[in-house]
Amino acid sequence: MIDKFTDWLRDSAKVLHENAAYLTELDSAIGDADHGANMDRGFAAVVAVLDETSFDSVDELLKKAGMTLVSKVGGASGPLYGTFFLRFGTALAGLSLTPESIGTGLRAGVDGVLARGKAELGDKTMYDAWAPALDAYDAAVAGSGDLGAALKAAAEASAKGRDATVPLEARKGRASYLGERSVGHQDPGATSTTLLLESAARTLA
Amino acid sequence: MKKLINDPADVVSEALAGMAAAHPDRLRVDHENRIVYRKEAPRPGKVGLISGGGSGHEPLHGGFVGLGMLDAACAGEVFTSPVPDQMMAATKAVDAGAGVLHIVKNYTGDVMNFEMAAELAAADAGTEVLSVVTNDDVAVQDSLYTAGRRGVGVTVLLEKIVGAAAEEGRSLQEVADLAQRVNDNGRSMGMALTSCTVPAAGKPTFDLAENEMELGIGIHGEPGRQRLPLAPAREVASLLVDPVLSDLPYTQGDSVIAFVNGLGGTPLLELYLMYNEVAQLLDRAGITVARSLVGNYITSLEMAGCSVTLLKVDDELVRLWDAPVNTPGLRWGA
Repeated sequence: MIDKFTDWLRDSAKVLHENAAYLTELDSAIGDADHGANMDRGFAAVVAVLDETSFDSVDELLKKAGMTLVSKVGGASGPLYGTFFLRFGTALAGLSLTPESIGTGLRAGVDGVLARGKAELGDKTMYDAWAPALDAYDAAVAGSGDLGAALKAAAEASAKGRDATVPLEARKGRASYLGERSVGHQDPGATSTTLLLESAARTLA
Repeated sequence: MKKLINDPADVVSEALAGMAAAHPDRLRVDHENRIVYRKEAPRPGKVGLISGGGSGHEPLHGGFVGLGMLDAACAGEVFTSPVPDQMMAATKAVDAGAGVLHIVKNYTGDVMNFEMAAELAAADAGTEVLSVVTNDDVAVQDSLYTAGRRGVGVTVLLEKIVGAAAEEGRSLQEVADLAQRVNDNGRSMGMALTSCTVPAAGKPTFDLAENEMELGIGIHGEPGRQRLPLAPAREVASLLVDPVLSDLPYTQGDSVIAFVNGLGGTPLLELYLMYNEVAQLLDRAGITVARSLVGNYITSLEMAGCSVTLLKVDDELVRLWDAPVNTPGLRWGA
């Protein structure tokens, strides 16, 4: 399982690198044009850690990834994604990896994002992608019990949540300064969250 | 993109190397952590003052390190807040036992990273840290439904005034209270004639036509609240000064520091022309200008435009403003 989590982080780094210009373009419209470069830099640093270090457990791997993102990214996305992976890893410590425990870990990670960012549903943030993804994941686990199906459902729900940020008026982060002018633009954070979950659906199951 | 750079990825580190080379008498630079230190920090008994933020606002913050202002400044990527590791390293390095004040501009990323750093520094080294968050931008109207007002021009005035107080040997709590008082008495409003280009992005953050201006702009190339037809300087001055005056409010008989700040791409000729308009408006409102500051102090890369900051002052604040300062960006009396 540790190989699959490593694959997830490596695949995420690749996808974020390929989408760096796209994320920055979204951020230019309602933010400050740095989201793509920041995510790319942060995940490249995570890959550098993976190249140098071998991990005995998934929780140690995720915690290290989180610390690396906190240390390398800056902005709001550094603390937010860093906290997500830190809490995800912390929640998995001592647990055997099952669809249920991974779901618990994901939810702990997103709770960390909420505690740090204080966003609510509909504020036009990454939480608008995370929240429906977690619900879809739990529902799929309760239904089929299959990790692959649950991650696929989470990625699809995340994409819907991402698309639903377009008509919203931003209430958190730098986009909130635009008021109603933020309407009509897709949230960059919800977009990068969806890329991470789509990557998870490809690599973790 | 036309810039005097080598590789967009190296802009911040190479600029810091330049600061170290240009000011070896006053500064030393930790290149690994991207921290500009006052050469003689830590000073025994003195409260350490730290600020930091995204790069691209120079001389803020690194240019305000030195006697009478900051002990350290953490540089992030362009328009991206620094990371907690940097603030932690700086906090530990400038703590001489009297504690450390973090001066943070109110942006989501800056606040989160400084919060994490303060938690970690307290847990790790037992350093006493207090924070002040500047939020003087009146362009952000509905702070209940936004990330709150942004920290802009008042940050410069605060670093100067609070720096002088720390130099006098005041306690951490006194220095923090003074910082809050300065923030509470300052208000700003900015406008842009052009956008700016983040080196890593390679193209302007937004488009602004020849005959347009952006009112209520921040300092990150983020669009403002309102796009208006370009107007003469006299009208622009009113658009900036009126919302500032009515917000605190500043009233007849008040004494202020009046600060006309360039965003990086506007010549001093135009900034002084703007100051002339601002001074007339203040005079008409019965407000006395105790001190003034005109120039590029908190910038947004090469953006053309300006901001107006007013800080209501009493004799004590004026005395601290006049106290000696010797930094690359601001120097008098020393």
